[in-house]
Amino acid sequence: MRKLGIGVAALAATTILLAGCSGGGNTPAPDETDAGPIDASGVTLTIWTDANRQPAIEAAAATFEEETGATVELVEKNFDDIRTDFTNQVPTGEGPDITIGAHDWLGGLVEAGVVSTLDLGDVAGEFEQVALDAFSYDGQLYALPYSLETIALVQNTDLVGEDAPATWDEMVAAGTASGAERPFVINTAGQTGDAYTMYGFQTSFGAPVFVQDDSGSYTTEVGMGGEAGQAFAAWLGEKGETGTGNISTTVDYDTNNELFASGKAAYTIQGPWAIEALTAQGANVKVNPIPSAGGETASPFVGVQGFYLSAESENALVAQEFLVNYLATEDAQRALYEADPRIPAWSTIAEEVSADPVIAGFVASSQNGVPMPNIPQMGSVWDLWNAAQVQIIKGADPVSTWDKMVADLEATIG
Amino acid sequence: MSVPQGTIAADTTPPKAPLSPAPSKEPHGRDWRGLGWGFLVKLAIMAVINAFGLMGIVAAFRAEAWLIFAAAVLVLVAADIIYFTKRALPLKYLLPGLTFLLIFQVFIFGYTAYIAFTNYGAGHVGSQEQAVNAALSQGERRVEGSPSYPLTVIEQNGELGFAIVEDGEIKAGTADQPLQVVGDASGSGAATEVPGWNVVPRNTLISDPAMQDAVVELRVPISDDPNDGSIRTREGTTGAVYLSTMEWNPDAQTITDTATGTVYSATADGTFAAEDGTTLATGWTANVGFANFVRLFTDPDLFEPLGLVTVWTFAWAILSVLIPFAMGLVFAIIFNDERVKGRKILRTLFILPYAFPAFMSALLFRGMFNAEFGVINEFFFGGANIDWLGDPWLARGAVLFVNVWLTYPYYFLVCTGAIQALPADALEAASIDGAGRFRQLRSIILPLVLVATAPLLISSFAFSFNNFTIIYMFNNGGPAIPGAPYALGSTDILISAIWDISGVSGGKADYGLASALSILVFIVVGLISALAFRQTKKLEEYQ
Repeated sequence: MRKLGIGVAALAATTILLAGCSGGGNTPAPDETDAGPIDASGVTLTIWTDANRQPAIEAAAATFEEETGATVELVEKNFDDIRTDFTNQVPTGEGPDITIGAHDWLGGLVEAGVVSTLDLGDVAGEFEQVALDAFSYDGQLYALPYSLETIALVQNTDLVGEDAPATWDEMVAAGTASGAERPFVINTAGQTGDAYTMYGFQTSFGAPVFVQDDSGSYTTEVGMGGEAGQAFAAWLGEKGETGTGNISTTVDYDTNNELFASGKAAYTIQGPWAIEALTAQGANVKVNPIPSAGGETASPFVGVQGFYLSAESENALVAQEFLVNYLATEDAQRALYEADPRIPAWSTIAEEVSADPVIAGFVASSQNGVPMPNIPQMGSVWDLWNAAQVQIIKGADPVSTWDKMVADLEATIG
Repeated sequence: MSVPQGTIAADTTPPKAPLSPAPSKEPHGRDWRGLGWGFLVKLAIMAVINAFGLMGIVAAFRAEAWLIFAAAVLVLVAADIIYFTKRALPLKYLLPGLTFLLIFQVFIFGYTAYIAFTNYGAGHVGSQEQAVNAALSQGERRVEGSPSYPLTVIEQNGELGFAIVEDGEIKAGTADQPLQVVGDASGSGAATEVPGWNVVPRNTLISDPAMQDAVVELRVPISDDPNDGSIRTREGTTGAVYLSTMEWNPDAQTITDTATGTVYSATADGTFAAEDGTTLATGWTANVGFANFVRLFTDPDLFEPLGLVTVWTFAWAILSVLIPFAMGLVFAIIFNDERVKGRKILRTLFILPYAFPAFMSALLFRGMFNAEFGVINEFFFGGANIDWLGDPWLARGAVLFVNVWLTYPYYFLVCTGAIQALPADALEAASIDGAGRFRQLRSIILPLVLVATAPLLISSFAFSFNNFTIIYMFNNGGPAIPGAPYALGSTDILISAIWDISGVSGGKADYGLASALSILVFIVVGLISALAFRQTKKLEEYQ
């Protein structure tokens, strides 16, 4: 449907088009073969960004504009809209040259043919390997990574101290002993379900969503069927609304944060983005790795964010120049971290910022984590997966519900 | 989307007739006798319209959008003829409205219909050409262990080439001519002078988009054997050896993977598929005929949940009209009685829910209906754990309750107006004839009120049928129907199901299927409205 807007907009867009033709004008630049900054006057790079990252990109863009004479046009968009808009607009030629994005979009973007491969050259070694892997699809790198994010166990130190519980039982015992109204609270996104937040517990039963091959790439083989998945499902039912009640569909994101912040819950599982809400009422927190529920290591999803280059960019050379020489630098990466503190993908900055105990906690959790699958099939997983978890939490028969979900999923993926 | 919004006939060019001294019975357009101020204003406005129109025509021509081009030319020519001729007076008034109708209704409907016959969606967003380009670029990868070479773009007789520096030697070549040593490098950086070639300054390159494209596309083979790979650059200063394994054969419409020998042929449904069924990642938008419509009715995984959704949509739309209307009518009758004190204040209070933004009310009610933390269970059900949002039937009841709460004030307003407009003599005559209150209600008030409100009820039905806001904001269509694709839920109505299927909110997008469903919904709503309006004519005869 969005494509439609473009069709209609052809008339309106003319204004811009003609203005660009008349105003831009390619003035031949004075020759300078020196390998210094390029002269890109008259070239306009369009970059899509979300509100959080805008100031940091603005800083890098300002340097770039100053040194090259190019114009960088930052378009602020809602992060969640970028994926669909980028996929739909790039083929029409209306998309940006560069966009910010998450690594789990990659499979879909490759399928749509809208992203260009990227070669970071020698700078690649400066990034955490997991970040580069996340942005690689079928052995090709497609984006410049800049931050990692993951979820971890957040505990109220006034209630349960700083020690990390190793297992679910230990955690619930400590939480109950603290006298808090609830030992533990977790977001299920209400009736929608939140398999993302639940994934650490699921992997501790050895039931990954897709099986990884030897090189760490995800295959399309669903890994959560069989006994391991059934064991997780049974556990989920046991802790659900008809069981111990630790996990409940009445808890959505805001309720979860409110319960923890007001001291009514001792532990929760959240990401760095929620720390502000969790500590808003003065709770002291410690961030620890997620405890194991099924015996194995609890591995939450690690998400990586970075910058994609459009396959239809008309200024591919300039865009590459901007990405590799202006954004893939320590200063620019630090500015991005300061604008929106997420775990940096740039190794040395990551070490540097681990001085902050909260960040260090999330870094530790990410080291247990696995990259979220970036294969296009991942797009078909969430709906069925979330819904099955909600049904089990609400008391449906765990094993049969889970098996049906896995069968439906396998049928959908084909 | 199928509720026809009133087209705003913004008549930008009122044909002004110059003031004529003698009043004339002729239409004023024919009364025009010369250049007046009105003509000058018209000329100025038409100049602006022509300027924008021409701009659009040029843009459409450049974008090779022939349909838009033709439509824009037609409309512009029509506008000029209509406004500069003395005839065609009705069209002078109608044209702006007709143009808006064309752009905002006909075009949108036509485009949706067009999408419904394609597989536009995840994996099928571009043209075949783009899919080929994507396959070629995805199939081209850096040769393992290949270092980055300092690179200079060079030119000879208009042909572009690359010069790289390797082991202190400058090697140069073009697309047809593999790299050859042409001299010794002075330093470790990129060559600043290449014997026998003109160095293309980087700034020239950057400011020339056509040349940029050519450089990005250029591959210079490193030896006579194509399997050794070729040099490519991405930013114009460094190059590396890449090897492409994909070959496109436009005549046979196949892509061959030279590494494995697999041949991928273009299929009718817009993918490159090999004989063993494996496909390349990127497909293109293809015309699939009635496949989307057929799938809606034959795919049991889709048909069953959609059947449920359809039944609920009708129930929802009918109940969302009948219950609030009944409530509004009852309250209107009660609060129209002169014996009720403070009627004005009470009436104002009744309107309040109608004055709240619907999406906000829906969000608030969502919180209030929360089984554990919501006030509804706490205050009205003694803290019972009633799962309003999780149980399919309770969720349907809850969302219906919210909608009734939101809409009954509207009917209260409408019915109050209709009742106050009732002919007092008819009611008086009825009571003299001995009709009781109930008889008066049934035989006089109700029919007369219905005559006035029936068109509103019909449009309300169409509105409720497509009332996305409440459904989406209250519970997002949930709770999910077990096993249903696209997260279709028990309170999803057709329009929110279309939203889920289209994938705009994430997940796997299928615009073709969503458009096909939109067309069906349009036809259903259109048919019902047409039938219902025919019925209202009978009501009017009753009067």
